[in-house]
Amino acid sequence: MTDTQSEAVRDVTVLNKEGLHARPVMYFVDLASKYNSKVSVTNISRGEEKVDGKSAMEMMLLEATQGCVLRIEACGEDAREAVDALAALVGTGFNTKTVHQPE
Amino acid sequence: MEILRGISVTPGVAIGEAVILEAEDYRIPYRTVPEDQVAAELARLEAAFTQSIEELGKQRDYLNTHLGREAANVFVWHIGVLTDEQLRKSIESLVFEKHAAAAYATSTVMRNYQRRFMQMSDPLLVERVRDVQDIERRLLRSILGEGREDLAHLTKPVILIAHDLTPTQTAHLSETKVMGVALDAGAATSHTAILLRSWGRPGVLGLNDVSTRISGGDLVVVDGSNQLVIANPNEATLEEYRGREAAYIRLFDKLSELKDLPSVTRDDQRVYLCSNIEFPNEAKVGTDKGSDGIGLYRTEFLYMRPEGAPSEDEQYEAYRQVILGAEGRPVTIRTFDLGADKYTQQRSYEQERNPMLGLRSIRYSLQNLDMFKTQLRAILRASVLGDVRLMVPLIVSLMEFRQAKMALHDAMEDLEEVGISCNGKMKMGMMLETPAAAIQVKEFCREVDFISIGTNDLIQYLLAVDRGNERVSQYYTASNPALLRALRDVVRACTQAGVECSLCGEMAGQPLYTMFLLGIGLRNLSMAPANIPEVKKLIRLVSSTQAQRVARRALSFETERQVTNYLRDETRKVLPEDPI
Repeated sequence: MTDTQSEAVRDVTVLNKEGLHARPVMYFVDLASKYNSKVSVTNISRGEEKVDGKSAMEMMLLEATQGCVLRIEACGEDAREAVDALAALVGTGFNTKTVHQPE
Repeated sequence: MEILRGISVTPGVAIGEAVILEAEDYRIPYRTVPEDQVAAELARLEAAFTQSIEELGKQRDYLNTHLGREAANVFVWHIGVLTDEQLRKSIESLVFEKHAAAAYATSTVMRNYQRRFMQMSDPLLVERVRDVQDIERRLLRSILGEGREDLAHLTKPVILIAHDLTPTQTAHLSETKVMGVALDAGAATSHTAILLRSWGRPGVLGLNDVSTRISGGDLVVVDGSNQLVIANPNEATLEEYRGREAAYIRLFDKLSELKDLPSVTRDDQRVYLCSNIEFPNEAKVGTDKGSDGIGLYRTEFLYMRPEGAPSEDEQYEAYRQVILGAEGRPVTIRTFDLGADKYTQQRSYEQERNPMLGLRSIRYSLQNLDMFKTQLRAILRASVLGDVRLMVPLIVSLMEFRQAKMALHDAMEDLEEVGISCNGKMKMGMMLETPAAAIQVKEFCREVDFISIGTNDLIQYLLAVDRGNERVSQYYTASNPALLRALRDVVRACTQAGVECSLCGEMAGQPLYTMFLLGIGLRNLSMAPANIPEVKKLIRLVSSTQAQRVARRALSFETERQVTNYLRDETRKVLPEDPI
């Protein structure tokens, strides 16, 4: 088990106009929850508070408006894949057609 | 310590633990459970989450089909929050570690999040507060279910904190252990404010966000004299307020000693002090305060309930309760004053552009004759139970009064046909509250049995000021010289014609105007029951010649400020120790 544990981190800028509001937050949380790794997110444009990337409430509290830089960190067997997918989701302005198809 | 400033409705000080009342009547007191019940509380929590997620799923699917994806998205985040493991864990740990009741744990955690959203700079995110409140209420509805505690079951004195209170909730405060009230909403002239005033304990309204700033269980001071609410006061502040609270209790006790003393001036002129009431259960409250009867029973509150229009039997039952509560003293029942801000607007097909000048009050009754006659029949049936008088509001022209009288005769005939007895000689009078009626008062005196001056609307129409509009409400004052002269002329005309005249506006309960009103010859005032002791105290300290002198002088001024200053000085001379 321990040899499959890995960590990954990536900074990405929020591009979409409305920022991380209700729907984008849910896209993010739904996608993060598909991975086994623990996902945490910091809005480094506003502070140092690290929140759970799988929590709909906490993610909303990030106050991630357009232009904010998010630090996405993952820890677990699929850490790299998780960070790649989540960074792509945010980085394309939540273009779910190319990154992620919900429901 | 946090100090909030609002609008005061009643002077005095109350100190106690806060109970937060949700808009839907939920109060979430701090409550713990014994250790062996923790598992049961956790199960309730689990069930509430499951039920709420299920409800929201259905709502989302429904909206998806009927209104499209955008609308459904609103609830997607709600579901996300309810499936948020971290959120659930923080609520569960309050139950598990602190043995908090499920409802209290839920409320505490959700309130915490609401506070964090409120502090955000992005206005769109601040709006999320409402979503979090919505989620909280959904959970609480499920947790508390049918067994929820209501205000009537409070076991210790508390300060009630709420966004707003409905008139019904306010009317029942006197049956609870609530000692003071602080509300987010409300203006000094709202119906809730009127009812709080008659309840008589300290209240501060218009605090904007007190219901989210204060948590259940916080120690709170309501300072109705200085329009303040203080949460978690420090030692020194608390000590000062404890002293002031005791002083107010002494004052109230002193006033209640007046209850059984007659309301007479120093030269033995009897002045009748009656109560204005909105709900049947208040009739008894007035009697307990030493009131001489019900001078104004505002029946339209029968309409302000979710079930809608009251039936003839339901009305009869309410009138019967009021008449019995008055214990043989006169009861003046005013017919529905619907329209304007009350009831009809939300039901009308087209909102009126100017409802205060629109289809309201007697006009509304005369255009809805079936409704009006139902009320008249109910009043007539109750008229045999005591000294009942009928009063019609907002009369402008003689024609209106005659039409109302005809409707009364029709209702009498209806009852006669089916053999139901009623008092065929029931007195019928009018509320004088329009400038037109004041000018034509002599003609009215030939047709009415009595006149009751309704100063709240009379001031509004005479001075062209909407008392509910905060931007102009400073112009709304009973000290306006034009109003004082109108009152003098109306009372004089009634005296000359031998028609009974009383005054039932807020002005009647303000000690500032008591001497003036006595001085122009009024001997019958109707007010919120809570104001009776203070007004009676003042009446017992003055003579009618002294009052006449004050009235003459007050009528000589040109501006309202002079009037107010003069009346305040004169009142202070008589009541030096009371806050006027």
